[in-house]
Amino acid sequence: MSARAPGHPPSRWSRRDFLKHSALAGGGLVLGVSLAAPATGPRTPGRPVSELNAWLRIGSDDSITMLVDRSEMGQGVYTALPMLIAEELEIDPARVRVVAAPVGDAYVNALNGGQVTGTSNSVPDAWEKLRKAGAQARLMLVAAAAQRFGVPASACQAAEGRVTASGRTATYGELAAAAARLPVPKDVKLKDPGQFRIIGRPQPRLDTPSKVDGTAEFGLDVRLPGMLYATVALAPQLGGRIQSIDAKAAEAMPGVRRVIASDTQAIVVADHFWQARKARDALTIRWAPGPNAQLDNAAIRARLLEAAKKPGLSALTSDDVAAPLKGGDAEKGLSQAAKRFEAVYELPMLAHATMEPMNCTADVKGSHCDLYVGTQVQSIAQAIAAEAAGLKPAQVDVHTTLLGGGFGRRLEVDFVPAAVIASKALGVPVKVVWTREDDMTNDYFRPPALEAVRAGLDAQGRLSAWALHVTSPSITARFDPTNKDPFDSVIEYVQNFPYAVANFGLNYTRQEIGIDVGYLRSVSHGPNCFAVESSIDELAQLAGKDPLAFRRELLAGKPRHLEVLRLAAERSQWGHPPAGHYQGIAFMEGYTSLIAQVAEVSIERGTLRVHRMTCVIDCGQTVNPRIIESQLESGMVYGLSAALWGDITVRNGQVQQRNFNAYRVLRLNETPQFDIHIVPSVGKPGGIGETGVPPIAPAVCNALYAATGKRVRSLPISAHGLA
Amino acid sequence: MAKFTLNGHEQAVDAAPDTPLLWVLRDHLGLTGTKYGCGMALCGACTVHLEGAPVRSCLLPLSAVEGKSITTIEGISADRSHAVQRAWIEIDVPQCGYCQSGQIMSAVALLKSNPSPSDAEIDAALSGNLCRCGTYARIRRAVHRAAELLRDGSGS
Ligand code: FES
Ligand code: FES
Repeated sequence: MSARAPGHPPSRWSRRDFLKHSALAGGGLVLGVSLAAPATGPRTPGRPVSELNAWLRIGSDDSITMLVDRSEMGQGVYTALPMLIAEELEIDPARVRVVAAPVGDAYVNALNGGQVTGTSNSVPDAWEKLRKAGAQARLMLVAAAAQRFGVPASACQAAEGRVTASGRTATYGELAAAAARLPVPKDVKLKDPGQFRIIGRPQPRLDTPSKVDGTAEFGLDVRLPGMLYATVALAPQLGGRIQSIDAKAAEAMPGVRRVIASDTQAIVVADHFWQARKARDALTIRWAPGPNAQLDNAAIRARLLEAAKKPGLSALTSDDVAAPLKGGDAEKGLSQAAKRFEAVYELPMLAHATMEPMNCTADVKGSHCDLYVGTQVQSIAQAIAAEAAGLKPAQVDVHTTLLGGGFGRRLEVDFVPAAVIASKALGVPVKVVWTREDDMTNDYFRPPALEAVRAGLDAQGRLSAWALHVTSPSITARFDPTNKDPFDSVIEYVQNFPYAVANFGLNYTRQEIGIDVGYLRSVSHGPNCFAVESSIDELAQLAGKDPLAFRRELLAGKPRHLEVLRLAAERSQWGHPPAGHYQGIAFMEGYTSLIAQVAEVSIERGTLRVHRMTCVIDCGQTVNPRIIESQLESGMVYGLSAALWGDITVRNGQVQQRNFNAYRVLRLNETPQFDIHIVPSVGKPGGIGETGVPPIAPAVCNALYAATGKRVRSLPISAHGLA
Repeated sequence: MAKFTLNGHEQAVDAAPDTPLLWVLRDHLGLTGTKYGCGMALCGACTVHLEGAPVRSCLLPLSAVEGKSITTIEGISADRSHAVQRAWIEIDVPQCGYCQSGQIMSAVALLKSNPSPSDAEIDAALSGNLCRCGTYARIRRAVHRAAELLRDGSGS
């Protein structure tokens, strides 16, 4: 996700709301609360453990602990990042115990400007940093061994967690305490890729065992002594506010400890979640509908259509747009074209729908707060918790749990303050759990977009002009008000438009829609890839050329791109699908990776069926090919769910999809066969968590066109009666 | 006080009879391996076995399990030695992992009644278990692998 660290924590509602409206809740809501004394106590008493650097702890018992500063949400950072250290440290990664890093300067993601897991850049950011950390630690252990053995460091060998020299040996655990006192070497030489023994080889995930026996701890699983459970009542209409609340019936229900109301939500705290959940239904809340009372999809679309009439802001001034795209003149190119093409592609709003609904546990005690949360933004979570508790950020410890899916939803912290406020009010730890319905209707949705393409072909049927005009609300303007770049994530992928074209145009009109939008897995790569790859397919048809051959022509002189296409054609048997099956292709350059997907589909009794997806990627140097493959499968499933059915609709300010019956997602029996190929490559590692998502929608729609002659220019496909 | 058998042991719980078993397991008994995903029997994250058959615990009131036998993810083996768990590890099925307890419980139940399921039979048995991370292709492979391990007699 594109997620630069914001200057202010984004708040849908603030602590001030609560202070202002605590009168509503009234002291009378406090029930007979008898609370056990807090018993969190000191954490596990430590064996002697030495800190080699910000990421590495080695115990005298030879235990190796790594602090991973990115959030594990399924993408495999709890395996890939330790592998980087292990490679240089010369240990078996299987020995590593992973813990989540706290908030800290050392843990900032330089590519995102904050302690943020997003934009598929955890490995690219860590690539040099963690290998260097591993190498430095190894050199320090070697130096400690040299001292102990009385030999020069050059006589020592580090391998498999021990240092040996002339017949003597010491384990890292025996050396760690001495090593930690030594100076950190500045200049370290890292291995050449040819020397890698761990990186680039399939390794089992370190987190798998805990995920097959129920012991993996997600935010929802946090349990603290004396903890109470809470759920929230949120405005049924987005932007709605509480006018009045009567909590008497709820308060009288068994187990209910307190109801706390603010401007925008009520928190029901009870001994157990189910009691809180039932009591929530017993609240009588009169909601003021707010500014969106009339809002529906037609109104949103009308706003976008109206705004799209403006020419928008040209992005050619942006540094993010590749230099070769800036040379021409789109209007001139269009006016001189032998054949012209125009189409508008439309993308709906989407919900993240992580499998684990939003939740957060807080334990506020005096001037300290422990926060237990599945978050992609530790420092923002810390800041908003501090604000809610009336503390300084340094007084809040963030304990990152495993995330039951992130997809960008957990870049937001709107579910954090309620736990802090409730814990502070009751003096005990409180876990706030949103219901699935809350989670789906109060998401920060993927923004809707209108994407207008105008293009031209010359007399030989070559692309002579291509221009895109995007009209959509801005995510970044809300997420990070300090960010002055008007384009930011909006121009992703198109900024690296890979196809040769003399005259290129890229414009953006920002049009807000009255409700908050957010970063969703692959952000604008998704909508933009749909517009680019659908239009390129349409242009191939206009030129009378095979879609693959047309792309190949436009990528001439780019050997890495061509190799990806060549392999995609070969592995998919392009042009020779089984009888009754049809193919469509899409390509993308994004997250410093190159990816092609070929969809093979059929229409069975009027319904689209995706049988097989061929996916070829060049993502530079791989770290763990096994995880790359699963991430690509994952991206395709996520992208296919959205392409087929993903559609968040609003009526009178209310989100219509409340659970998985109305927000359909792919199931096992609907999952195509995946055929994934990773091109051997030595470039810098590219991003992988989001890369698989964007191409599948255009690939499937292009295949659909091959099958039916029907061009789907708006998603989801189900809206066209085909899925 | 409700009484039932939980993972082979007698269990007594003091909770309102309409409390869904999911929350009894998680909040009252501390067995958090069983997950909440939808609360409406739509996603399968909360799958447990009731008398050996897979059920969605989010809609199963405590009163309905009185005297019955319940198995959760914590109860299928003490050491991840069940063939399904071993196959899951071998193939590295989980991503975020949140749905996986439910997936595994559905797979265990399937293999008990059908030791050599076809792809179509796996699809039929596990299509009620959503996975937003898209681990489906690996789930299919892992169920076949678990069946193999069971046939070899090396699973539990
Ligand atoms: S939580 Fe029970 S089926 Fe989803
Ligand atoms: S592994 Fe994440 S939802 Fe299935």
